[in-house]
Amino acid sequence: MRRAALSLGAAIVAFAAILAIFAPLLMPHDPFAQDLTHRYTPPFWLPGGSSAHWLGTDGLGRDYLSRLILGARISMLIGVSTVILSGIIGTTLGVLGGYFGGRTDAVVMFIISCRLAIPVILVALTTVFMVGSGLWVVVLTIGLLLWERFAIVARAATRQVSGLDYIAAAWAAGCSRTRVILGEILPNIAHHLLVIATIDMAIAILLEAALSFLGLGVPPPLPSWGLMISEGKDYMFFKPWVIEIPGIALLILVLGINLLGDGLRDRLGARTEQ
Amino acid sequence: MIRFIVRSLLLAMLVCLTVLIVSFALTRLSGNLAINLAGPDASAASIAKIQHELGLDRPLPVQFAAWADRALHGDFGNSYLYHQSVSSLIASHLKVTLQLGAIAIGMAIIIAVPLGILAALHEGTWIDTACGLVALIGQAVPSFWLGLMLILWFGIDLRWLPIAGLATWKGYILPSFVLSFVAIPVMLRLTRGGMVDALRADYVRTARAKGLSRASIVLKHAFRNAAMPVVAVSAVQLGFILGGSVVTEVVFNVRGVGYLAWESIGKGDFPVVQAVVLLFAVTFVGLTFLADLIGAMLDPRVRG
Repeated sequence: MRRAALSLGAAIVAFAAILAIFAPLLMPHDPFAQDLTHRYTPPFWLPGGSSAHWLGTDGLGRDYLSRLILGARISMLIGVSTVILSGIIGTTLGVLGGYFGGRTDAVVMFIISCRLAIPVILVALTTVFMVGSGLWVVVLTIGLLLWERFAIVARAATRQVSGLDYIAAAWAAGCSRTRVILGEILPNIAHHLLVIATIDMAIAILLEAALSFLGLGVPPPLPSWGLMISEGKDYMFFKPWVIEIPGIALLILVLGINLLGDGLRDRLGARTEQ
Repeated sequence: MIRFIVRSLLLAMLVCLTVLIVSFALTRLSGNLAINLAGPDASAASIAKIQHELGLDRPLPVQFAAWADRALHGDFGNSYLYHQSVSSLIASHLKVTLQLGAIAIGMAIIIAVPLGILAALHEGTWIDTACGLVALIGQAVPSFWLGLMLILWFGIDLRWLPIAGLATWKGYILPSFVLSFVAIPVMLRLTRGGMVDALRADYVRTARAKGLSRASIVLKHAFRNAAMPVVAVSAVQLGFILGGSVVTEVVFNVRGVGYLAWESIGKGDFPVVQAVVLLFAVTFVGLTFLADLIGAMLDPRVRG
């Protein structure tokens, strides 16, 4: 059962990655090409649908399948880049606090407390409003806000590892501080960080969708899934599939990432619950 | 215990002060406020006049001290948009948000705790797996999309509940339910984990050996111990639910603080945004402090 969950999660994430990487080759139509004579064509399983547009068209007659595929690229890009950024920030803080302890640790804990107090969605919306919406603005904003999980877990894991014999052995062998941190501690807490990376990736993707839905995320005409839901919202009473399709895509991707994360946690024996 | 309380309280106040400084800095970095206020066509003289009136020509630390002093007395200035004091604006929007938040945390407890107990009692069976699945899906579903889908199902298809607004008590159901989704997965997992540990503990074995009924063992002995972390976490989750109110209130067109903040951000009404950010931050810090306090009261080991 657990193994099945891990495989399913990995398969979903791999599929999304393939969509993201090969999006230009896989899109059947130009995702930006408008065709006002074919607005809101229903998907193929509904009456009026056809194989010309498998998932129908949106309010500007743009092919929904093509936009959905390009949307996967945006979601994956957001997920991966924010995790890299927040991972670097959080891991650096956490390892420093956990390794040096004492006053350094107190400062790190204080920074984490401050970050936790900040209402993420409000600050993200304000930042995007002030800087101007754009894909990389969203990546930077989310990445700079979502590092606290990395910091908390990296700190706890570093403290635990620091007391072990092989660290003492590295010291005895005359390794420098940098060498001990980079060569001994980091590799031994990496599996914890990997699990956190999946959790944060899922959260980042959901946050981007929420920001775009609220109108201060990825700007149109880019087909972010959150933006597609926002654009379809006014027509959802008549054409529910315009919000159902991107919403289900979002749900499946995030579910897949979480399944992968849970599976990795069991497999690698990482403990991330505080 | 007193030392622990004083230390946590000091830390909480220090965090609040930092958030105060950061939120002040954010609005000052956002460009020239006077130009925003005077409009794009204003002359240099009128901009200078507004700058002088607002004290924007004074050194930053002086500006901050004056602003923080007023903020601590509940005066956040006036909204650019509503021409009304920010504090009265927030006060008039706060009631709905708090009501929804309270109902949501109640719903989360009612849904998550029994499911968590159920999963723990049937550890390793399909019931456990099903409860795990609920938590997983709860974590993966985008809340704004869930809100829209519930509006479609219960408001349009079934016509059971209103699609927007809080005119009747029925209007509270969907927004609170969507808000509660923030907390359900965490609370479910925590209850299950606590119950699994508690059911394996010696005191439960003793209770069983004494011949106590199953219900009495589960509810009186095991759950009382498993409930402690859940209570502490509920306080923190209430903070997250407040943060989630932005999205939910926009989806359901509820005029609460979250909606107010979203509207104000989109129109550059920064005094309001700043005040809401501070309100949420201080509430979160307060709730975390409360959670720590509960934790310390229930478990002496934490106080160290």
